[in-house]
Amino acid sequence: MSCELESAHNSQHTVHNSELRTSMSLLRLCEWLAATPGSIALHESRYLYLVVLSVHVLTLCLFVGTAAIVDLRLMGLTMQGVRVSEVMERLLPWTAAGFLLMIVSGGLLFYAAPLLRYQNIFFRAKMAVLVLAAVNVWVFHSTVDRRRTEWDSDPIPPRGARLGAGVALVLWAVLIVLGRMIPYQVYWFDCNKQPQPAILNLLAGCITGSR
Amino acid sequence: MSLFKFFQLLQYSSLLSAMRSSPWVFPVIASIHLMGLALIGGAVLLVDLRLLGLGMRNQPLPQIARYAERWFVVSLAILLPTGILQFMCFAATKYYYLTAFWVKMAALFLALVFTFAVRRKLVMAAETRMSPLQSKLVATVSLALWGAVAIAGRVIGLP
Repeated sequence: MSCELESAHNSQHTVHNSELRTSMSLLRLCEWLAATPGSIALHESRYLYLVVLSVHVLTLCLFVGTAAIVDLRLMGLTMQGVRVSEVMERLLPWTAAGFLLMIVSGGLLFYAAPLLRYQNIFFRAKMAVLVLAAVNVWVFHSTVDRRRTEWDSDPIPPRGARLGAGVALVLWAVLIVLGRMIPYQVYWFDCNKQPQPAILNLLAGCITGSR
Repeated sequence: MSLFKFFQLLQYSSLLSAMRSSPWVFPVIASIHLMGLALIGGAVLLVDLRLLGLGMRNQPLPQIARYAERWFVVSLAILLPTGILQFMCFAATKYYYLTAFWVKMAALFLALVFTFAVRRKLVMAAETRMSPLQSKLVATVSLALWGAVAIAGRVIGLP
């Protein structure tokens, strides 16, 4: 891969600021991962990569499917006659199982092509939205969910809960779009075909000779 | 008119030609289709897990089935138009020749018939007279049919 050669050349350049140092060490980690036999084997496998990809996509049904039902309950749009606690208690273990499968299969998809993912604007955005989703869950649990006993049986939960659930649903939808877009970056621009606008090189973290 | 000619007519209609000229329209439609996949997964699992004695097992089955059906219908309203558009994009050059596409259509037909004609009647009955074994059988058939639709759909998208 040409970017590996270029980045080997880059590593001899002096790194000036801490931000660049962080991204360089992430890049080094990706380079190291990309060179491991497991990564190469998965990247070059004929069927295993596609099986992992399919597991990742189909786990949407379990992970986002059950999460969406819980979010819809929190918005007062389904199972209004069932306590929120019961819905969460009975469904969130399935969401957690789905999340675990997502992380493992998604981690393997990253492991199969670390440098391609590193230089993908949609992958980067997806990771950022994933952090936002985690923050949203944390805010929900540390605010309105603390007083859940007060509204547990309400057909329509308080505004804070509805808002948190609505934000979660939007973030799941954005995650799905960004994930689906990852392989489509090349139709827009290709890090390996320079020159590209500086802003795109920056956002996608393209490994170019100038860095 | 043969089926193939019909597929050609769809794929080379002016609307679809315009859609294909943008590289973004197809993945955006595919993304919305995936949102529908996630939601229908939730709606199907809600009932089938309950039939298996898992998930919302402490609630009456007919009530859970009614709650789930609304979102099942919403999912179909998302999946069918986006699915048809994806099909029309490459009807004559790709889908016509893909076994996975025809498998998916057959599985989808069976899954819809089973869901609306069999499972719905059984789970909506006020006094459910299904034995635990029958419940598990219904859930297994439902999960197998919808799983086949999803897996065949995934195979269509493989390179």
